[in-house]
Amino acid sequence: MKPRRFDYLRPDSADEAVAVLAEYGEAASVLAGGQSLMAMLNLRLAEPAVLIDISRLAELDYVRIAGDKVEVGAAVTQSRLKSWPELAGKLPLLAAALPFVGHFQTRNKGTVCGSIAHADPSSELPLALATLGGEVVLQSRRGTRVLGASEFQRGMLTTAREPDELITAVCFPIQATKRVAFQEVARRHGDFAIIAVAACVESDNAVQVGVGGVADRPAVRRAVIDGTAAAREMFESLARELESYDDIHASVRLRRDLLRRVGPVVVEEALRCAA
Amino acid sequence: MRCVKKDERTRVGFTLNGRAVSGDAESRMLLTDFLRYVIGATGTHVGCEHGICGCCTVLIDGAAVRGCLTLAVQAEGRTVTTVEALASSDGTLNALQRAFQEHHALQCGFCTPGILMSFTDYLARNPHPTEDDIREVLGGHLCRCTGYAGIVAAVLAVSGGSPNETSRSQS
Repeated sequence: MKPRRFDYLRPDSADEAVAVLAEYGEAASVLAGGQSLMAMLNLRLAEPAVLIDISRLAELDYVRIAGDKVEVGAAVTQSRLKSWPELAGKLPLLAAALPFVGHFQTRNKGTVCGSIAHADPSSELPLALATLGGEVVLQSRRGTRVLGASEFQRGMLTTAREPDELITAVCFPIQATKRVAFQEVARRHGDFAIIAVAACVESDNAVQVGVGGVADRPAVRRAVIDGTAAAREMFESLARELESYDDIHASVRLRRDLLRRVGPVVVEEALRCAA
Repeated sequence: MRCVKKDERTRVGFTLNGRAVSGDAESRMLLTDFLRYVIGATGTHVGCEHGICGCCTVLIDGAAVRGCLTLAVQAEGRTVTTVEALASSDGTLNALQRAFQEHHALQCGFCTPGILMSFTDYLARNPHPTEDDIREVLGGHLCRCTGYAGIVAAVLAVSGGSPNETSRSQS
């Protein structure tokens, strides 16, 4: 199908984008890479009156180290972050997760911030942001807010972004560990994850675990895992606790079962990594 | 600020396969429709129109992207490359196209333009991919007639790679 009619605005600066967003608010959608939004427009699942295209804003096209964080601007594509030379050293979890984000062809256009803004419960980037305890930077005429991942993502496709706010960047804390693993189960590589599991081993076998695709938003747990039994126990309780959903891809029961089977394997893979 | 009102048609121009093209488009017009119906470049095909099938894959500034998830107005001033650019002007196929022909990598050909453009970008960045790399790139496309073995064989042949030892491809 084709999108409904909309006014197309391509501001020349982030300030101008924020100004038009203040003017149109809920009537507007922000277009960056468009790998979710354009599909939703074509399917008429989204019908904004105004589309604000920020994809050409050079001032938002940066990956930089800011203190103990890596800041990724809103115009940065997934493919650009994936090929950032320092990625494996600074954010090994992102290096492990990015190959699972869509396909080569969609990563070339899809943005890191856009995926986080879209807040699909099965998406890898919101999961990585939540697992690492990252932040989202929101700018409006009223000022700048910085929200933690868990405050930002409120539920399925739902975030704390106000209609006049522009996500200008996301920040990932630089990882002190190289012991990470990421795996997901999907019908076809690059399709939406039925479940996705991220694990980062910190000192003394304290493991930070993130689970995507099961509940309406990423679930994050931290525990000392010293062996297979502890890993199994953690995913058993996650599978029991998380409120899951049925969709065309999988039932609640299948999601829980996959989590019980795949989760411990991912944690063990992370534990096996050299420090 | 570039502004196109919803009931307005605007002039959109970009470089298509080395030549400047332009035409009128509404703000909501997709790049695929602009190429096919305004410019008349029908080599780019449209399948699902929501980014899944990959038939519409074109290069924008050299990167393989979904044409159906791009507005015509977003291509303004860019360099767009489509399947029409691959063969030389006398119709001689390029090496990738020849490999597709030799390895029976297409049957009806509907998905082929997109797949060719994906590998045009990918092989420019990674001239010697493994079979796994090729399969991953191909994961962004759907082919409903020949299947994928011939396509993998064609890309391996043109890039001088060898199949996986435990390959499932039987071409």
